[in-house]
Amino acid sequence: MSDDWPLFEVFIRARSGLEHKHVGSVHAADARMAIEHARDVYTRRQEGVSIWVVRSSEITASDPEEAEALFEPARDKVYRHPTFYAIPDEVKNL
Amino acid sequence: MYTQALDSPIPDARPGSPAGQAALERRFEERIERDEKIEPKDWMPETYRQTLIRQISQHAHSEIVGMLPEGNWITRAPSLRRKAVLIAKVQDEGGHGMYLYSAAETLGLARAQMLEQLLDGRAKYSSIFNYPTLTWADVGAVGWLVDGAAIMNQIPICRCSYGPYARAMVRICKEESFHQRQGFEIMLALARGNPEQRAMAQDALDRWWWPSLMMFGPSDASSTHTAQSMRWRIKRFTNDELRQKFVDITVPQAEFLGLKIPDPALRWDEATQHYLTGPIDWSEFEAVLQGHGPCNQERLQARRAAHEEGRWVREAAAAYAAKHGGLGAGPRSASCITNPRAQGSVHE
Ligand SMILES: [Fe+2]
Ligand SMILES: [Fe+2]
Repeated sequence: MSDDWPLFEVFIRARSGLEHKHVGSVHAADARMAIEHARDVYTRRQEGVSIWVVRSSEITASDPEEAEALFEPARDKVYRHPTFYAIPDEVKNL
Repeated sequence: MYTQALDSPIPDARPGSPAGQAALERRFEERIERDEKIEPKDWMPETYRQTLIRQISQHAHSEIVGMLPEGNWITRAPSLRRKAVLIAKVQDEGGHGMYLYSAAETLGLARAQMLEQLLDGRAKYSSIFNYPTLTWADVGAVGWLVDGAAIMNQIPICRCSYGPYARAMVRICKEESFHQRQGFEIMLALARGNPEQRAMAQDALDRWWWPSLMMFGPSDASSTHTAQSMRWRIKRFTNDELRQKFVDITVPQAEFLGLKIPDPALRWDEATQHYLTGPIDWSEFEAVLQGHGPCNQERLQARRAAHEEGRWVREAAAAYAAKHGGLGAGPRSASCITNPRAQGSVHE
């Protein structure tokens, strides 16, 4: 069995003005080839104007088991949202 | 939300202990119950992982082998328009294979391993691609019926519980519609043509109808995986339900074309409001799956030849990358943004 080329994660900017968004992954010998593969695999219908690729092994992800520790603390801080504050209807532009 | 499952503290959720295992399984089932998506790094039962690996890799192989019957007609397409369309369609199928291999890889199976399983004949793929495309009308019938059946199968998988599979399927479904429409358009042109062309269209329908119905898999009574897959929300409808939907929408389309479905028992049933078909010859389905279809050997040989003939290209690319630091260590972050040549390729 031959080994796979490294895996690259692919991010595409759909239109200028939008951020790059993760769309999938491709195998490639190097970054240049990864861009070409991403072009063929993910933009056959003008889905993008710009591609980023990054080696999957270079990405550090948070552990799902840590989700509580990381994201729970934000849950009870509803005062971070504008709707938390009761303002009389007569007050305009606020 | 994942964290809701953690609201009640779980006494011993370490995977090692039996109690921990049971707790993890319960939490998993609860997430499925709430229609949450399972993502690659989340805990999942080993059987769920294996079921998905089997289904997604078989699906990927089907897309790849599925390029062959139609690829057969690219050089002989009757016009430049038909040729451009067919190339685009076959290229899409290759893309579908790539999306699905990526999704299967998130479950821990290397792509090289999947490829090896396909090439050495261990892997299964859809039985339909072991039938030959004998005339140009077959290209029409494949787009209309085979892609039509594939769409019917794939749309519910867009809501599959496994995130990467569901996302790949959303992308695929967006692209499939053109496949089916171009196929129907070919059939329509032939059906409106001279008697010889109409006969060609009818002959293609005669040969592709039953294999298309078999694409939905064994009947519910004999399907081993259906119940569990439905509980895990990998599947949303049974094989027979999907097959029935396909028959119900396809029969009127055949009528529009003025073609006859090759099933003397076919009839509209007022009581159920469905078309009822005659019995499917499951021995044919089994035989094709076991490798005895008309083209099983030819398909695998074509894949193996493509793999062998591409070897020097892969080796050259690997050697080039190694020389320039692509396969080893070295500066590689952000090369996609700063490398002017790379930018060029994106905009060409
Ligand atoms: Fe496809
Ligand atoms: Fe298709």
